[in-house]
Amino acid sequence: MSAKKNININLKIWRQKNASAKGKMETYKLDNVSTDSSFLEMLDQLNEQLINTKNEPVAFDHDCREGICGMCSLYINGRAHGPDTGTTTCQLHMRKFKDGETIFIEPWRSKAFPVVKDLMVDRSAFDRIQQAGGFVSVNTSGRTIDANATPINKQDADKAFMAAACIGCGACVATCKNGSAMLFVGAKVSQYALLPQGKVEATERVLNMVRQMDEEGFGNCTNTGACEVECPKGISLENIARMNREYLSASLKG
Amino acid sequence: MKLDSKIPEGPISEKWTNHKNNLKLVAPNNRPKIDVIVVGTGLAGASAAASFGEMGYNVKAFCFQDSPRRAHSIAAQGGINAAKNYQNDGDSTYRLFYDTIKGGDYRAREANVHRLAEVSSNIIDQCVAQGVPFARDYGGLLDNRSFGGTQVQRTFYAAGQTGQQLLLGAYSALSRQIGLGNVKMFSRHEMLDIVKVDGKARGIIARNSITGELERHSAHAVIIASGGYGNVYFLSTNAMGSNVTASWKVHKKGAHFANPCFVQIHPTCIPVHGTNQAKLTLMSESLRNSGRIWVPAKKEDAEAIRVGKLKATDLKEEDRDYYLERKYPSYGNLAPRDISSRAAKEVCDAGHGIESNDTNEGVYLDFSSEIQTKGKQSAYAKGNHNPTQEEITELGKQWLEEKYGNLFTMYEKITDENPYETPMKIYPAVHYTMGGVWVDYNLMSSIPGCFVAGEANFSDHGANRLGASALMQGLADGYFVLPYTVSNYLADEIRTGKIATDTPEFLEAENAVRQSIEQLINNNGTKSVDYFHKKLGLIMWNKVGMSRNEKGLKEAIEEIRQLREDFYADVSVPGAANELNQELEKALRVADFIELGQLMAKDALDREESCGGHFREEYQDAEGETLRDDEKFGYVAAWEYNGSDASKSVLHKEELKYEFIKIAARNYK
Repeated sequence: MSAKKNININLKIWRQKNASAKGKMETYKLDNVSTDSSFLEMLDQLNEQLINTKNEPVAFDHDCREGICGMCSLYINGRAHGPDTGTTTCQLHMRKFKDGETIFIEPWRSKAFPVVKDLMVDRSAFDRIQQAGGFVSVNTSGRTIDANATPINKQDADKAFMAAACIGCGACVATCKNGSAMLFVGAKVSQYALLPQGKVEATERVLNMVRQMDEEGFGNCTNTGACEVECPKGISLENIARMNREYLSASLKG
Repeated sequence: MKLDSKIPEGPISEKWTNHKNNLKLVAPNNRPKIDVIVVGTGLAGASAAASFGEMGYNVKAFCFQDSPRRAHSIAAQGGINAAKNYQNDGDSTYRLFYDTIKGGDYRAREANVHRLAEVSSNIIDQCVAQGVPFARDYGGLLDNRSFGGTQVQRTFYAAGQTGQQLLLGAYSALSRQIGLGNVKMFSRHEMLDIVKVDGKARGIIARNSITGELERHSAHAVIIASGGYGNVYFLSTNAMGSNVTASWKVHKKGAHFANPCFVQIHPTCIPVHGTNQAKLTLMSESLRNSGRIWVPAKKEDAEAIRVGKLKATDLKEEDRDYYLERKYPSYGNLAPRDISSRAAKEVCDAGHGIESNDTNEGVYLDFSSEIQTKGKQSAYAKGNHNPTQEEITELGKQWLEEKYGNLFTMYEKITDENPYETPMKIYPAVHYTMGGVWVDYNLMSSIPGCFVAGEANFSDHGANRLGASALMQGLADGYFVLPYTVSNYLADEIRTGKIATDTPEFLEAENAVRQSIEQLINNNGTKSVDYFHKKLGLIMWNKVGMSRNEKGLKEAIEEIRQLREDFYADVSVPGAANELNQELEKALRVADFIELGQLMAKDALDREESCGGHFREEYQDAEGETLRDDEKFGYVAAWEYNGSDASKSVLHKEELKYEFIKIAARNYK
């Protein structure tokens, strides 16, 4: 591990009692934060301090704390998942911050992700997009053909995997000035479009998922590319282009 | 009361087929009249909910996360086993069965494990059909690798994110059923009790975490798939929210809890950095395909490394002790998890640890040999038969990145060290729990109508789970076992009709939950929930951890008894009951962990032998290997709840009969 060092920091955190309450930024001071701590361990430390002084702790979403569940979701110093690239908030470490620094922490900001409490937002819109078509309609009997009966070109399989690596955290939406979900939807559509198993329903899938995306109130894509920059899993813009091609060809068929 | 495991008669390879043929069915037109509750949406829960929805039952699925896709199965890294024998290295259903029984140190049920091995191939077929993007070779066919405790390559994988890809596959099947209206999903809901009517499981009480409201949900069968209880140690590789509450509530209502002391301490995790640490991170066992584990052979070198006077790369080959290769030559770095973990503890206890934290606990996982080997192979494959040293190193690193890229990145993010240049530092950490709710062959607990699947049950892994077998079990239970066995149970429920929730049983259960919540909220103590959880974790790690003895276990039982009293006297839970309250959620979970911790110590004390992950210092041979006692302890310890002081729980024994495998000393040398 790196050299042991503790820092003192100031925090400006969005506090909001519930979905209908009005929120505001509150200021906190936190001393003796280990630079080896993760960002969320720093928040644990703040909450411990708040509880011990009879104040209400800050609510934030988190679970696996190893960058894969997609539950953590903080806007830190004006950036989704904070100053580091290719990372989730839980994998961001305090060594990226300076002693005496003031850190701003806000929830995801997007119309389609309403605030639930403090730093927690409602991302169920993503689930509903998935329910609209993010699957292969195969029954779960296990009575399918042998897994090796259909060879898949390694490059396509690898590309499908890279698209499927999306963790559904919503950083792409939060960082987009239009609040667009095109990277999330594009990744799902691409995963299936690249695999023979996904081809059968390709037309309905892209039409249904895009329709649901629009109904949820996500904005349009204006190709700024901000989503790709902030995506903790490096999901490529190529996926949006592929979805657009799929959508166009589906629309022509439809 | 005698435990009836309901293992079918007949030869091992025909038991499941015959059993399925004899199970009762529910006709499609009757299924919509029947409600099924599934708690948890990991691999077992999501696959079960999707399957029951597809069959036409009315399904309600619950998870505490904001989306079913976030259950902790998502974090499984290395892979999933299946006896496909695609690599032509002599694998078969029997070998997977045998390896799993032996890996579990002869403390698992033969019939369950054989069924698991039988259905393993279907899982891979199913997942590929769902569009799960497994790793493939250049011919377009599925690739495999090796895991600990095996001598074949039967592990299917998707980089270091296999759990993620499998869970997203199950989640896609579940999403499809939610979209079709067959499954109603309750995210951000936590099950806080099971409701029994006339002895049968008839529903649950769940708390809506957004509003704090308590809800009554009825069903004809309840499936618990809520995962394991590793977080009893506070620090583990589990997700922060992973908890034992659903399992513990059914235990309190009459389901036996089996082998609670069988805990898997995973050998390759990133070592602890400090007291504010909230969780530990696993580095997949698959890395042991490519990495060699070592410590400095001389204590003074280890000391010099800890104080920063020497670097790992400074040590010559002859000054390194590759202790797994030395002690277990035939399995080497791929020795099973329990054995590898203990070996790491042994060398660190002897003063060879390399980590500069409070405990000096850490060993190296070194990729430099693999970089050379694979770099040379890659150069040859590209037609370069005379590569320079630089070219070899560069190609070797590229090869590693393709296989394990996400793990190496994760390691660097956490430790600020580059594992392509310097060996990883690793140490064992709590990872998986083999114990769990006791179930029979049908995966039904001792409460009729309450089924338990995946890590939450005890059934398949004995005293030690082999790598890449948890994913296999989760999906096997959910896709291929429960749909048959639960339907058999439900066949007798087609005339029951809708179960009312305004009955005394539901009211009473809801009131009890409300009371326990109010008690915590109004307690006004002085210490946070985490304060108590960390204390519990330390007792568990030091006295019910990698190595246990009679004195320590007795102390643990007393200390946890005291901790329980302190918790209720002095815990502080800010906020209110009728709102989103994360501290309250934690407090409810920790209250259950405290009771469970005591039962684990009791179970470990009672089991006077060493087997798998359960190492009792009193029972070891001259070389420090485990000494099993099949005569006296060849049974499943199933505990019956008997009040909140778990040391008073009542033991029931299910004798384990080995009819098809010859029970033997477990040797990996």
